[in-house]
This record gives sequence, structure tokens and C-alpha cells, in this order.
Amino acid sequence: MKKFIEIKNLNFSYEGDEGERVPVLHDINLDINKGEFVTILGRNGSGKSTLAKVINMILTPDSGELRIDGKNIAAELTDEELMAVRRRVGMVFQNPDNQLVATIVEEDIAFGPENLGIPSAEIRQRVDDALDTVGMKAFARHSPHQLSGGQKQRIAIAGIIAMLPECIIFDESTAMLDPKGRQEVMDTIEKLNREKGITIIAITHNMEEAVRGDRIVVIDGGRIVKQGTPKDVFAKPYELWELGLAVPQVTELFDMLRCLGADLPESVITEEEGAEKLARLLETK
Amino acid sequence: MLRDITLGQYFPGNSVFHRTDPRVKIVLTMLYIVAVFMADSLLSYLIMTAGTILLIAVSRIPLKTVTSGFKTILFIIIFTAVLNIFWTKGENLLFSFGIINVYAEGLIHAGKMVLRLACLLMGTSVLISYTTSPIALTDGLERLLSPLKVIKLPVHEFAMMMTIALRFIPTLIEETDKIMNAQKARGADFTEGNLLQRAKALIPILIPLFVSAFMRAGELATAMECRCYHGGEGRTRMTVLKTKPLDWILLSVFIAYGVGIILL
Repeated sequence: MKKFIEIKNLNFSYEGDEGERVPVLHDINLDINKGEFVTILGRNGSGKSTLAKVINMILTPDSGELRIDGKNIAAELTDEELMAVRRRVGMVFQNPDNQLVATIVEEDIAFGPENLGIPSAEIRQRVDDALDTVGMKAFARHSPHQLSGGQKQRIAIAGIIAMLPECIIFDESTAMLDPKGRQEVMDTIEKLNREKGITIIAITHNMEEAVRGDRIVVIDGGRIVKQGTPKDVFAKPYELWELGLAVPQVTELFDMLRCLGADLPESVITEEEGAEKLARLLETK
Repeated sequence: MLRDITLGQYFPGNSVFHRTDPRVKIVLTMLYIVAVFMADSLLSYLIMTAGTILLIAVSRIPLKTVTSGFKTILFIIIFTAVLNIFWTKGENLLFSFGIINVYAEGLIHAGKMVLRLACLLMGTSVLISYTTSPIALTDGLERLLSPLKVIKLPVHEFAMMMTIALRFIPTLIEETDKIMNAQKARGADFTEGNLLQRAKALIPILIPLFVSAFMRAGELATAMECRCYHGGEGRTRMTVLKTKPLDWILLSVFIAYGVGIILL
């Protein structure tokens, strides 16, 4: 598989109140393939959001290599090159209210393409396509403040899709939403990954979301401490508990059953799978 | 309570003026203002009034809405009228009371001023406030003034600021409501006491509101950067404003109206 993002020995620190350097990321090595769905987990202050901001060059790393599609972007970039990086790697933030610029939904989605200097007719087309992808066509002429949190976040996603990115980073984009809104946004993210082949980097606290990805990367204290498929990462729940993280409820349940002597050797991460295994276990008894 | 505040005074509809290009409407409004100020003879006043009535009729804005604007300028209207009645000197003395002399000319002059102010208020609000959405107005202004970029006037930046302000008014109102409720829950009282006490009670609302507004601004700036915002240079627009035949017809009608008032 083709590598889309390659990070080698990357370090980042910010300037503290007294001018001292406060290190945040230490020696990060991470490769992300084209079309992959990677979840980044970590407790508050672990550096996961910082890593996201470094990837699309909102923050500049101190040292190390950061390649996007083979091109090293940690080196000096011209404004045009910087714009090109941000077009290819879009970012959706936590608070939907603080990302929307215009007072009309479709005007807001057009904001990105307008900045890129795309001809009017094509912007119109892209906006319609993006609205369609996130399932918000009926709201094209609405004002953002009339929408629910989940709907606003889908508009924010549409605003990024309209720039035709190859990768989208979601920085805790579901953290402020209610369960329904969270479901809407997660479904949209999955759809983008499956149908459009867009590489997804999702930063989250929510374990039920993390199991949806191809790979989980766990960050703690600015270092990558664990990575693998959701099944592998959740196989030993206590390792995650030690890092201040949780595991999906169903995984925890199976772990407890295993401790009580049930014959459940494999870890379980989705509820469907769990229900099936439990049913089979009960049948054999 | 705070939720009742509407954005501008836009009154959605589908009249001729609702469909007019916002740029043209701004020009029409300027023509209209000039025309109203040039009215002098009785005949020109008649044309001015007739034109304004026609304007309101065509816009299909309810008369009640249009006249509701009077409340805000009632004081100015009365003040102007009184000033004109008592201070204009003429030949036909109507009555005299001590040092106060009221002349017929004064009454006529006052009537003219009131009529002019009324027309000005109703005409401009129908042309701009009631029939143009704030976003269309901002857009129209940006495009109309874009030639001024040549002399380094930050037209785009100004329009962007207006757009963001409009976008965040409902958000910040909601936030104010939330903070007020939070402070009320801790025993703050905004309704009692004299003016000074009530003003002081607002401080615990304003400080968190400002802090959060600045934080929002920071996040919005990052999000805009992520969406490749780099000022007005090289930026295209999705909607292209094209003048329609209707716009040109309206423009000629308004020019005729203005010329008529000036000549008569």
C-alpha cells in the first residue's frame, strides 16, 4: 500500500510563559497509508491534538521529517505550497460553531473553494456534491444557527470535502455532540473513507468510535506507546487503563467474563460480535 | 428575551425589490436620498411622496412594519417640527404669544421637513433594510466598492468582518443567555437596584462573554487557515452577481424620479 503521510523522528515544543521550550512531541515515527482509517487515542494533554496540527502545518515541528505524498513539508515552504498541503489534508475541529464562517450553509461550504480561486460554476458543483455526500441538501439555504450540533458538524465536513482533500483529520469532532449527532458524524466519516477513499485520521476519546478504524495509535506523554488493529490494542484492557484510557464496554465485559473463567479466548470489540459470541456460549452450556 | 433580537430588519419576500441586485439597490438608495433632499417646490414634494408610497406598495412590506420605524426617530421629527414652527420668520403672522411668533411659512416649512424625514425613513428602509438580507447587503457593498482596492482600501477585509459579525451574533446571544442563567443560578440579580447597581451586575456576564469570544476568534482563525484563507487576493466567488434587465429598468425609473424632482 502506498504511504501518504510519513513522519520520522519528529519533535515539537512550544514556548512557555517564561520563554522556555516546553516539549510536547518526542521522536514520533508514524506512517499512514493512502485510504487508511487511523484513530489516535490518548488522554488530555498527551499531545494528540498537537500532532494533528503539525500534520497540516498549523504548527511547525522543531525537527524531524514530515512527508506528505513523498514531499517533505517540514522544510521551508512557500505560501502556495502551504496552501496546497492544507487543501490536501483538511481538518475538522471540535466545536462546530467556531468553524463556520458564513451565515448561509451553502455560502459556508463554498468558503474553501473560493479561497482556492476555483471558477464559480465549479464551486457551485462542488458545493452541491459536498451537500449530497453529507446528506444535508435540504438545508442548503438555512442559517447555521438553526441547525443541531451534528448537522453543523456535517456542514463543517462538507466545507472541507468541497476542497477535494485526500486526507481529513478529525480533531475530537464528535466530543461536543449528543449521541444522535455523534452517530451522524461517525457514519459520514466512515462513508468518506469507504466510498471516496479519503484517508482518515480521527482523534478521539470515545472507544466505540475507535473500533471503527483500521488502526489505533495510542499516544501518551508525547510518545507513541502502542499501535495496532483495534482488536490487538484492546486485547489487554489493563494496559490501556494504565494509560488513563478506557476500552469499549463490551471488551471490558468479556475481559471480566474471562477472568471469571469463561471460555472466551479472543477479545471482542463490537457489540454485534459480542452478542453472537455470548449466544453461542450459552447454547453450548 | 435575548432570542427575540432579529438580524437586521430583513423581511423575506419575493417583490421586485427583493429580487433586485444588491449593488443596484445601494445605488438606487443613494439616488433616492439625493432626490428627497432636492425636493423644493410643492409639485416636487407631491412627486416625492407619491414615489415613496409607490415604493412601499411595490415592496409589499406591511404598512405597519414600515411605520414601526417611526418610534425610533419620533423625537427627531418632533424636534425638527417644533424648531421650524417657532424659529421660521415670515410675513403672514398667524398668532403671537409673548416673544413667540408663529408664521404660516413656519408651519409650511415644518410640514415639509416632517414629510421629507418620513419619506427618507420609509423609502430607505424599504429599499435596503426590509428587502435585502444582511449577507446580500455585505456582498453588494464589497463588490460595489471593489474598485477602491486600487487605492489600498481594505474592502474585502471589511466585508469579511461584517460577515463574521453577522454569523456570530446569534451564537454570542445564545452564549450570553447561558452565562446569565449560570450567574442567576448562583444568586446574581439583574433586575433590581438602581442603574449603577444593575450595570455592575452585568460585569460577571461581560467578562466570561469576552473571554469566550476571544477563544472563539482564535479557533475560527485556525479553522479559516485550514480552509486556505489568505485574504481577498486570488479569491473567487460561488455566486456571480449579474445585473438583469429589471435592474436597469429600476435604475432608469429612479433616475427619472430624481431628475423630475430636481426640475420641478
